[in-house]
Amino acid sequence: MSDTLPAPSTPAAPERKVSGVPIRLEGVTKRYSGQDRPAVDSVSLDIAAGETVMFVGPSGCGKTTLLKMINRLIEPSDGRIHLGDEDVTSQDPDQLRRRIGYVIQAGGLFPHMTVGTNVGMVPRMLGWEKQRVTERIDELLDLVGLDPDVYRDRYPKELSGGQQQRVGVARALAADPPVLLMDEPFGAVDPITRQRLQDELIRIQLELGKTIVFVTHDFDEAVKLGDKIVIFDVGARIVQYDTPEAILAEPAEEYVADFVGAGATLKQLTLTRVNSLELRQVTTASVGDDAAEAVARARAAGDDFVVVLDKRGRPISWPTLAEVSRMSTVPPTVDERLPVVGLGATLNDALDTMLAASQGGVVVLGRRDGMAGVVSIEAIMEAIQRTRQETAG
Amino acid sequence: MTALTPGPRTEQSAAEDARDESGPRRDATGGRGGWRALLVQPALVALGVLAFVLWRSTVTLSDTEARQLGAATLWDSTLRHLALTVVAAAIVLAVAIPLGIALTRPALRRLTPAVIGIANVGQAAPAIGLFVLLAIWLDFGFWTTVLALVLYSALPVLRNTMVGLQGVDARLVEAGRGMGMSGFAVLRRVELPLAVPVILAGARTALVLLVGTATLATFIGGGGLGVLINTGITLSLNSLLISGAALVALLALAIDWLGRVVEHVARPKGL
Repeated sequence: MSDTLPAPSTPAAPERKVSGVPIRLEGVTKRYSGQDRPAVDSVSLDIAAGETVMFVGPSGCGKTTLLKMINRLIEPSDGRIHLGDEDVTSQDPDQLRRRIGYVIQAGGLFPHMTVGTNVGMVPRMLGWEKQRVTERIDELLDLVGLDPDVYRDRYPKELSGGQQQRVGVARALAADPPVLLMDEPFGAVDPITRQRLQDELIRIQLELGKTIVFVTHDFDEAVKLGDKIVIFDVGARIVQYDTPEAILAEPAEEYVADFVGAGATLKQLTLTRVNSLELRQVTTASVGDDAAEAVARARAAGDDFVVVLDKRGRPISWPTLAEVSRMSTVPPTVDERLPVVGLGATLNDALDTMLAASQGGVVVLGRRDGMAGVVSIEAIMEAIQRTRQETAG
Repeated sequence: MTALTPGPRTEQSAAEDARDESGPRRDATGGRGGWRALLVQPALVALGVLAFVLWRSTVTLSDTEARQLGAATLWDSTLRHLALTVVAAAIVLAVAIPLGIALTRPALRRLTPAVIGIANVGQAAPAIGLFVLLAIWLDFGFWTTVLALVLYSALPVLRNTMVGLQGVDARLVEAGRGMGMSGFAVLRRVELPLAVPVILAGARTALVLLVGTATLATFIGGGGLGVLINTGITLSLNSLLISGAALVALLALAIDWLGRVVEHVARPKGL
């Protein structure tokens, strides 16, 4: 299933694939006995199919409670919940949850089961045949960028935090649910890994088009991942529900402006994505190709380096022509410091990655970690200038 | 578990790569070391038994001693002792584990203090008092002894079952429920497997406790190796007293070892 080469798709194209269903909340309320104010006070919300909606707000504002009422891990005291045209408020909760993917912090993987068993959990509960479950496990591990042959039989503790989180996402997607609920999934990983996971999620979402509800306390994350953002105040009162651009441009209340923070102009950097820039197409060569031939091709194209792809079409290094010409074939060496970002990465991410690697550009990954192109620091500076002028004008 | 294939550009940070490699290695050594430790104990038990047999075949004994330490009598006492232990242990496991599970379910959680209190009384009461009181109340013999033993050793199993289940990360339970597992399925597939090490440790504690306490059975006509010790004390025959004590100790060690083997084998992989 390895895709050979970059088809720099146009992810921003309007006709997006949608496999999700709309979610509709009507007057959803949660009261706990012994508290005079409801934790969630009559929330009504429409979420369109295939959209990623981010729930943001201070801790204790009820955003997580609201999320958990969608799959009824918490039973609402009042109100109705619709998935598609179905009222699921009184459906059997176990059956309901098998149709809703659920991702929590650190993946929530069962430590005594292998990665494969974890991922295959829901399909097995749904009574899929063994063969189909096995195939699905491999397909999903591949989707989240983990080589099935390497990771299928490992136990969660043998994985890094980021990898565990990927498996968590794969597990939630196993039975191809139309809706995905994510409860601060990337809260426990380091910033670099978090950025990679976010890129990955954007890529997966472009491929699948699920309806995603995502709780976070990180506004930057909300801006980066969300088609829409809901900003909550205490009691899950909806203060603003709009696109990231609109919220940044016109905060509905002072409360939102405070929440968004002073760096709102710089936040435009978080709004612009790598895929909106024109990616530079550079010469690529596969491991084991004839080195002289690769150098010749690069010269002809006017490049002073080549990007080396492994057999699954993923970039592993970018040696200069001088380096390549010293070899007879293109070397399989993996450059651990090769700066890469996903297509959904923001300009902010791309700059961060370049700075961290002390490089003047980054390789942009497309579908299944294949190469989509290269972005240079100049291209980013130019884009920043352009945004500046636009906002100024 | 093969070495990492180089390349998939999934994670970049070196720290993560380092963790990748440490996983399998730690596993391998941990497993081997565990088995080696498990070999020492049976060797000690075998040595002890050998020493006893050597002593018995070389020493000159009086008639009374020889009768008590005859192979057939010894074998019968040991079997009787084992029977008391095993039957009591089986009942304890059959009662205390389900009870422990029930008491950790939300609906029954509030009963926990009361039940633990009763179990505490069972264990805190002097064992000999418990035996004698029960014997006076019911009758002398095997089943009264078993009942006394059960009351005396239920607490470790009950408590460890509860502690083990309470120790399971609540987020895993939530993850299970969140993916559509029923409460029972989460218990069976997630909570119990993860609590197994703690529950088994409780079972082993109870077994060792039982082997020792079963020596008191002799006072209420329950038989077992305690007879040897009791006779030794009453008749001031040190050979009997020491033989009895040594055999009970060897039996306890052997059973403790069996328990450890079971714990090692039943321990879920991946922990």
